[in-house]
Amino acid sequence: MNARAQALLWAAQRASAAVLALCVVVHLATMVYAIRGGLSAAEILSRTRGNAGWLAFYSVFVLAVAVHAPIGLRPVLGEWLRWTGASRDLALAALAILLAVLGMRAVLGVFL
Amino acid sequence: MNTLKVRVWRGGAQGAFQSFDVPRHASQTVLDVVTHIQRALDPTLAYRYACRVGMCGSCAMTVNGVARWTCRTHVDKVAGEGHLEISPLKNLPIVRDLVTDMREFFDKWARAKGSFAGRRTRRDDFAQISSASKSRKEIDAAIECIGCAVCYASCDVVAWNPDYLGPAALNRAWTLIQDQRDREKVERLRAVEGDAGCHSCHTHLSCTERCPKQLSPTASIAGLKRETLRSLFGGSP
Repeated sequence: MNARAQALLWAAQRASAAVLALCVVVHLATMVYAIRGGLSAAEILSRTRGNAGWLAFYSVFVLAVAVHAPIGLRPVLGEWLRWTGASRDLALAALAILLAVLGMRAVLGVFL
Repeated sequence: MNTLKVRVWRGGAQGAFQSFDVPRHASQTVLDVVTHIQRALDPTLAYRYACRVGMCGSCAMTVNGVARWTCRTHVDKVAGEGHLEISPLKNLPIVRDLVTDMREFFDKWARAKGSFAGRRTRRDDFAQISSASKSRKEIDAAIECIGCAVCYASCDVVAWNPDYLGPAALNRAWTLIQDQRDREKVERLRAVEGDAGCHSCHTHLSCTERCPKQLSPTASIAGLKRETLRSLFGGSP
């Protein structure tokens, strides 16, 4: 991977961090609000199913995680385990896809 | 007379500490201690110094675990219990005793395009740069580097990633990118981006904490990150 692409990864990680900062706050506030009123799982599902707003919000959240976490792991693997090169980047791309798939599966699970 | 117990690194990468008793004096510097050992106790001790007044950057060593310029470091400040442990700078190959091989450190300045490239010739008039301009102030904050490698020896990222250019080289590149007379800003930004460059800095701030000239390479590196981000989206540096 060339230095330009590495700089782009850095930019993507900072941008996804900004998105996550907002998403985490909204997510935590929602969780606290939902639990405070004593909502049951069925009541929560009745609010999320078919709700395009929540679908969009949690889709953005999941995709931001899928971008952010593998880029953050990249220097950890390089600096601590001396794992660099194409194999590291391929493994992290696979991790990004895995996070996106598992996350979207969960999001769709409460939407559909 | 008080006596200092001094342990000094002897040999190369595979070496050991040797102990010396050194008379303690008022206003004594760590460099004074090393010089006393070499002149009075063991003339085979290898170390490096030149100006003795904090200008040349050649006498930096690890003193009680911390990289310092030894000519301006008073023994009173660092020898708590009357003990000193002096070893060569970290993150650089040891030549012998307290002398490190600085080639990689300075090669990285070259890799970061640390040489000025101006537009004018000797027939042109002087460039007029206001001392109040933002770019001049950025340069003023970073320009007094003496190349002592204290920051380089203190940087965790250098220890973990041998390709990383390091705080001093990146700080130098930042001063040139801020120089209005410079004509290689784009090439310089290309040279300092990516895994070997500014984007690997974890902002641990060790360089800023240890710099004997109270510079902040961390701030310079943050500036490089901003400029590379701007250039990624088409802005001119």
